[in-house]
Amino acid sequence: MNPKRGTRRRLAQFEEAFWLTLMRLALLSVVIVLGWILATLLLKGLPAINWELISQPPQGGYYLGGKGGILNALLGSIYLAGGGTLLGLIFSLPVVFYLATYLHHRSRQAALIRLMLDVLWGIPSIVYGVFGFLIMLSLGLRASLLAGIITLALLELPILIRGMDEFIRTTPEELVQSSLAVGATPLETTLKVVSRQTLPGLITAVLLAFGRGIGDAASVLFTAGYTDHIPTSLFEPAASLPLAVFFQLGTPFPAVQQRAYASALVLTIIILFISLLGRWLVSHFNKFLLR
Amino acid sequence: MSECISIRNFNVAFGNTSVLKDVNLDIPCRQITVIMGPSGCGKTTLLRSINRFLELSDHVRIRGEIIIDGHNIYDPAVDPIDIRSKIGLLAQRPYSLPMSIFDNVAYGLRIHGMADGKDLHKAVRHYLEMAGLWEEVKDRLREPAVRLSIGQQQRLCLARGLAVEPEVILADEPTSALDPISAQNIEQRLLDLREKYTIVVVTHTVRQARRLADFLAFMYLGEMVESGEAAAIFSNPHHPLTRAYLQGAIG
Repeated sequence: MNPKRGTRRRLAQFEEAFWLTLMRLALLSVVIVLGWILATLLLKGLPAINWELISQPPQGGYYLGGKGGILNALLGSIYLAGGGTLLGLIFSLPVVFYLATYLHHRSRQAALIRLMLDVLWGIPSIVYGVFGFLIMLSLGLRASLLAGIITLALLELPILIRGMDEFIRTTPEELVQSSLAVGATPLETTLKVVSRQTLPGLITAVLLAFGRGIGDAASVLFTAGYTDHIPTSLFEPAASLPLAVFFQLGTPFPAVQQRAYASALVLTIIILFISLLGRWLVSHFNKFLLR
Repeated sequence: MSECISIRNFNVAFGNTSVLKDVNLDIPCRQITVIMGPSGCGKTTLLRSINRFLELSDHVRIRGEIIIDGHNIYDPAVDPIDIRSKIGLLAQRPYSLPMSIFDNVAYGLRIHGMADGKDLHKAVRHYLEMAGLWEEVKDRLREPAVRLSIGQQQRLCLARGLAVEPEVILADEPTSALDPISAQNIEQRLLDLREKYTIVVVTHTVRQARRLADFLAFMYLGEMVESGEAAAIFSNPHHPLTRAYLQGAIG
């Protein structure tokens, strides 16, 4: 081998080793940070988790270290995020199907819609909170489960639409044409073939949106309010886990602060459970899909 | 000769690039017509204009007529969906729908409300038999179609197309992605089906054209060079370009 090529080769080997080390360090730091957060939650929160915490709403003097639990926030969060995701889906599915089916070739309009949604995605949730608050007032509502659900639906809409849209855009054109070739309409093709092919992606987008919704504090602060009661109708205020964490951590009592960590742990476990459920659903549908 | 499809002064351009130039072709009924020519000659474009797939592309301009059963399919009053249910398409690579083997064949039947319940099962069996796939899949109808080999998937796509009872079958290099045995199998299906269907096959290989063609059309750079009875063209091509292509001198 000529000496110049030998030098070049050693340089390439060094380059590869350098970047590989850098990548591994980056990966390691991500794992460490995540592990640190989880460890903190487990160390500080696990001792405070017990059946009472997740099965009862706060009793008198709860925030001073008294009896009770966070069932109000636990159920409130599930109602809020579940309702918000459902309402968001009702509005986002038609938009996604419209984008996929009819705007496919009019790319300038589609590009504009996608740009708008990307901007909406980036808007801070407190802005959604304020906007939801204004909608709430104009509808004559008070801080309530319904107002919280509407606000979370708004917050989740861009995630739902853009998430599902990106997955749907990965559908091979030939697959769409296989369906059109037997005389299916574009809508039938989208509903029966494309949405099946991209179902794992659609589920992933829904889970992402749900995760953002259930973890958000700022958007429900004004709109859903906070209460120690479990809401029994859409027009009553509802508590939520992120706010429960916030309020409990803000007290000067170590026992209550420990419950804040426990609440955060419960929130994390819900998200973990939802992710696992999603994985399972995805693997269940995957075997029918084209690769 | 009774023609089923008449292509009249047909022009297609993508943007400013002219792809088909004044193409005229009469495709006979219930025979295999092979459209042959080198890559880029416009044969696939011509095929896709017969089931109105061209308009799925951006910036396409179409001028001319394609007459099927006495009607111009490019008449503004014609719904492309109706055309596509009358004209099946077998693509270059098989794309199974993301569902079971059974549902793939039943897809078109269900969409057009052609069969249900017991009839549906009978119909699916019938078309799988026509495509020569029934014996291989009869015990695994509920399995995902994507588990089949690529050759089996191509026959599944054929069954799916046949199920909506088309009058015409278009095939765009239907064996180019297949192994020789699967390819031969598909060719045999097409030969078996020609008594009932008008079949148009696009290919760039002379050998395949020889094996399949009753009627032959040769295209070159967007123009129809020559068309006629396959036997006549193979033994005595009129145009020097056709002669050169058959001899392997061009393409």
